[in-house]
Amino acid sequence: MTATVTTDSRTEKSDRVTSRGTGGARRRLPRIPDRIRQGGLPYLLLLPAVLLELLIHVIPMIIGIVMSFRRLTQFFIGNWGAAPWTGLDNYKIAVDFNAPIGEALLHSFFVTCVFTFFAVGLAWLFGVTAAIMLQENFRGRGFLRAIFLVPYALPVYAAVITWAFMFQRDNGLVNHVLHDQLGLTDQPSFWLIGDNSIYALIVVSVWKGWPFAFLIVMAGLQNIPRELYEASAIDGAGIWQQIRKITLPSLRPVNQVLVLVLFLWTFNDFNTPYVLFGKAAPSSADLISIHIYQSSFVTWNFGTGSAMSVLLLLFLLVVTAVYLLITSRGRKGADA
Amino acid sequence: MPSHAQPAALSRAAGSRSRSRSPMAAPQSFLWTRRIILAFLTAFVLLPVYVMISSSLKPLQDVSGKFHWIPSGLTVKPYLDIWDTVPLARYFVNSLLVAGSATVLSVIIAVFSAYAVSRYKFRGKRVFTVTVLSTQMFPGILFLLPLFLIFVNIGNSTGIALYGSRGGLILTYLTFSLPFSIWMLIGYFDSIPRDLDEAALVDGCGPLGALFRVVVPAAVPGIVAVAVYAFMTAWGEVLFASVMTNDTTRTLAVGLQGYATQNDVYWNQVMAASLVVSVPIVGGFLLLQRYLVAGLTAGAVK
Repeated sequence: MTATVTTDSRTEKSDRVTSRGTGGARRRLPRIPDRIRQGGLPYLLLLPAVLLELLIHVIPMIIGIVMSFRRLTQFFIGNWGAAPWTGLDNYKIAVDFNAPIGEALLHSFFVTCVFTFFAVGLAWLFGVTAAIMLQENFRGRGFLRAIFLVPYALPVYAAVITWAFMFQRDNGLVNHVLHDQLGLTDQPSFWLIGDNSIYALIVVSVWKGWPFAFLIVMAGLQNIPRELYEASAIDGAGIWQQIRKITLPSLRPVNQVLVLVLFLWTFNDFNTPYVLFGKAAPSSADLISIHIYQSSFVTWNFGTGSAMSVLLLLFLLVVTAVYLLITSRGRKGADA
Repeated sequence: MPSHAQPAALSRAAGSRSRSRSPMAAPQSFLWTRRIILAFLTAFVLLPVYVMISSSLKPLQDVSGKFHWIPSGLTVKPYLDIWDTVPLARYFVNSLLVAGSATVLSVIIAVFSAYAVSRYKFRGKRVFTVTVLSTQMFPGILFLLPLFLIFVNIGNSTGIALYGSRGGLILTYLTFSLPFSIWMLIGYFDSIPRDLDEAALVDGCGPLGALFRVVVPAAVPGIVAVAVYAFMTAWGEVLFASVMTNDTTRTLAVGLQGYATQNDVYWNQVMAASLVVSVPIVGGFLLLQRYLVAGLTAGAVK
């Protein structure tokens, strides 16, 4: 290329480009290496976020891990540095499943697993189903979409208090329907104490959680190219086939992240059981967060509570790592 | 996009019916399934909403005895009484101050961070994004007590009162929404053509000028989505509010709960109070939900 040609093409290019407001002119500047031009700017921009994450998350977490190796009872709250080191004693107490503390922790862990399985499964199922049913335009679609997002928008305590009212034994809606109107139970049941409380907790958690799944899947659906549906329609695919062959497979990457996020949120959930049952959750709905909170703040034994929290974190890390490993391998396999 | 050109007639037909899945009419089996599922979900979602609204208008004897679908009479008395039974107005102001400040700060900090990650190459970028996101999976219970101790100790040694103050709660809440906000905004900023801010740089804007004059205006839907998310996170949090506040700084999350666990619960008042604290946030959310979906589409879901 000769010099004249270059100039011509450049003027032509910058003319075309100005309408889009692009940096055609930038090419005339001598190119400065990125590293020099930016200097420390990106770090400066990140500084507030990093400082806050350190202060609120990372440093407390490290302190929490340190605390789990100390005998931190109420006598040492004012001066927790003076609490004696106990090595792994707190962990031994937490995982000694023959002693009451360990047994209760194990029970709570199982309850949380069962709760999470049903709460996440149903929330996901409802979310995906609703999003697919609202994919196509029809009268009232926008209205329904708004309605479905109401549980997500409601403050968790306002929603859960309302459910607590509905689950009251004597003046609640649930018993009125099940006992008075349908006659399904011999006498009004207790929903917020005793064995039934796990059902109440799952219902409330699904009610509160599924709109998030709906929101994410709805966003994911908008990224499926419409040509896929058009092409398959030409080939004679019906709507059920399209859902099975196009929609669901296209949602796979979205679902993989969604299920993980739902799992982590549900497994750690504190707000729902705390508002539904108050400080003492019934044994059948004794979720792990509530259990640790009680072990710490009710029995004033922070060392053991911290050890339990660390064990919980390790469990979540392992599950997340395994999950990511399996799903990423699955994704690679699908691409190949 | 040449692939569009081929079935041009078809895409025109599909385009005239917006968002239509296919030009073919859906079969009856699908329409009926859809009706049944949507009716079930609507009933499930609206049931507590109906209970909340109808009970808040019932006289006390209606909510203390057996539940009735139809109120025996309507009264607005619960709405007048709630302000005296508990200091609801004070809780409301506290929640508004805490959630509002946490939202503003969280959005500003998230915009800076997302801009750095989206537009610059630097060492430690991946470590930053992974670390920030992984804080989302920490069980809150793990750092609740240490954080409580840190706040108390900062107060003792420097006189900055974080424990029991709104400031401490604001700092805590803004970090709760920060990871997801940064993540979503990185995706959103990535979708804005780089040429736009490079042109601004050439025109003499500094990097911050480019951020505020070009990138931020183009990312308004994403930023609104992030703000909605941050506000809702702060408005609804219970665990830290129950430990980190005292009588004067108590937020709605704790105040309302204390209301409902008294020995004699005035359920009509509790429902009225729940409705009053929900209306501003649900209303705001429903007005802005379009942005949230748009923001998620561009940002998170890829």
